[in-house]
Amino acid sequence: MSISIKNKANLDDAALIEAYRKMCLIRLFEEKVDYFFAKGMIHGTTHLCVGEEASAVGSGIVLRNSDWITATHRGHGQTIAKGTDINKMMAELFGKTSGTNKGKGGSMHIAEIETGNLGANGVVGGGYPIACGAALTAQMKHTDQVCLCYAGDGSTNEGSFHESLNMASIWKLPVVFFIENNQYGMSGPIKDMAMVKDLSIRSVSYGMPGITIDGNNLIEVINATFDAVERARKGEGPTLIEAKTYRWKGHSKSDAKKYRTREEEDMWKTERDPIANFKAELIKAKILTEAQDVEIQTKAAETIEAAVAFAEAGIKPNADQLMTDIYAA
Amino acid sequence: MREITYTEAVREALSEAMREDSNVFIMGEDIGVYGGAFGVTRGMIEEFGPERIRHTPISESAIAGAAVGAAITGMRPIFELQFSDFITIALDQMVNQAAKIHYMYGGNVSIPLVMRTPGGSGTGAAAQHSQSLENWTAHIPGLIVIQPSTAYDAKGLLHSAIANNNPVMFYEHKLCYRTKGDVPEGKYFIPIGVADIKRQGKDISVVATSYMVHKALEAAEILAKEGIDIEIVDPRTLVPLDKKTIVDSVKKTGRALIVTEAVKRSGFSSELAAVISEEESFDYLDHPVVRLAGAETPIPYEPNLEKLAVPQVNDIVEACRKIMAVK
Repeated sequence: MSISIKNKANLDDAALIEAYRKMCLIRLFEEKVDYFFAKGMIHGTTHLCVGEEASAVGSGIVLRNSDWITATHRGHGQTIAKGTDINKMMAELFGKTSGTNKGKGGSMHIAEIETGNLGANGVVGGGYPIACGAALTAQMKHTDQVCLCYAGDGSTNEGSFHESLNMASIWKLPVVFFIENNQYGMSGPIKDMAMVKDLSIRSVSYGMPGITIDGNNLIEVINATFDAVERARKGEGPTLIEAKTYRWKGHSKSDAKKYRTREEEDMWKTERDPIANFKAELIKAKILTEAQDVEIQTKAAETIEAAVAFAEAGIKPNADQLMTDIYAA
Repeated sequence: MREITYTEAVREALSEAMREDSNVFIMGEDIGVYGGAFGVTRGMIEEFGPERIRHTPISESAIAGAAVGAAITGMRPIFELQFSDFITIALDQMVNQAAKIHYMYGGNVSIPLVMRTPGGSGTGAAAQHSQSLENWTAHIPGLIVIQPSTAYDAKGLLHSAIANNNPVMFYEHKLCYRTKGDVPEGKYFIPIGVADIKRQGKDISVVATSYMVHKALEAAEILAKEGIDIEIVDPRTLVPLDKKTIVDSVKKTGRALIVTEAVKRSGFSSELAAVISEEESFDYLDHPVVRLAGAETPIPYEPNLEKLAVPQVNDIVEACRKIMAVK
């Protein structure tokens, strides 16, 4: 085991290569989904996280299998990072019974309880109190599980954000609030919607630590999440992390992106691509070669193709399934 | 059998369930040493401690959502919403989260939670603390809605609610809290979705919910002296609704009066009237279905106006006389 790139979680070279592979996989997954939507091959809507891969992977990698996440409507990366079955995810987008949600949830609601994914939420800020509740279970049952609550910058203006941070703080709940600040809530620039430069400062009101990090720097994300998860696991309470990042694509499938400039987009894509930057770091540290990278890309593409094949092979729910699973037995 | 109050009956069900299952716990505003705004949880923190009788901040959205999250991960939370009017603040978590998750996640997770909350007017608490909004949740697929009228029903239905694996909205009534009734000691279940005939009669089926059951029972005594024999049907649970008992009663009497405290327009009384009209009971009707329900106004403060806003015993008596006057 060798650790060429220092990080607080003590992830060795193999683990960091795996993190890199997962970031690549998420991007390919999203690009594939984008393609299918553009072609009209899958319906509804979707919110892609291209450009935000380091936030999802750097935070997810610190968690144990038994830990939980609550994800957002832009949650494909978060759920893949937590270990949700990628075949079932693709099948869900195709509306197949073999999907994570048997075709009843779609892109915004991917859930896989057995891998700790308590579900993506279509309501902005909807996951905050649910994450508190999961953390409360861990606390009351005296397990050492932690719940990582993903949310977006726009959600920090919801009442549920403030209610939940306060509740988590007074009860010292083992929860980590992880804000992916991708700069825009749909078309609303966060700089116009909040008069604080760093959203993490809002933690002060609730007596918990808050930290703003470069969400496109994988190692920074790992380090901040590791500290927060450790603190939660030790029973010291919640932390607010704000990871500054950027979504390359529009809000959802139809978005002319009139609210931002192409220059701004280009800057993030060329200078702050989390995947390209981490690849450069791996190569510099001599733990990845260009040849190995080609192999990783090839295998990731194969994984995505296999997911598509799995999704295509599935069956659509029949009419009887309209009225099943409304109530639990 | 011993007689206890509705409040005591609710408290007994809560305590019995908590003694039996360590996954059951309660969250709510002022439910600890204060004992809850209506004293329902009085004394419980002494027995169960502050971890299981959780006095929360005034944060209805966080309370409701924490119940959802705890339920998903293996607990059986109960939360007390201090007044049912405050559902406005907890509504996202009940409607968009609790009600949807089981279905939306393909049946892979259940949400065993109970929201207990007092509704109704009659305490001079005015417009923001007196509403009957139970039909808001009755409209939402995925939620179970219970409205017990008596101490006996409250205890047995609350045990069923806690044991149920779905989000259950349990509407108590402030004026029911001090009513007394025969209640067995120990645990018993009243099945969810089964109506109860509170009084047998042959002339009119009076379908009444919550505190209106008590008013209908009083009206029945007055009407009996005049030779009008009403049958009182208490649905007890709005969702799922025991249509059969209601329909069978109307088939027997040929007349139906619906009495709810909730505002008439788009209230649950509309649903009950529609059921009677859609089912075979329609063919047996000798008189159009009549609804007595809350006036279409916010609940006023002044006592006389407050009484005028919701059906009273005399309104039920008058409505029944009118129905019977039509030959």
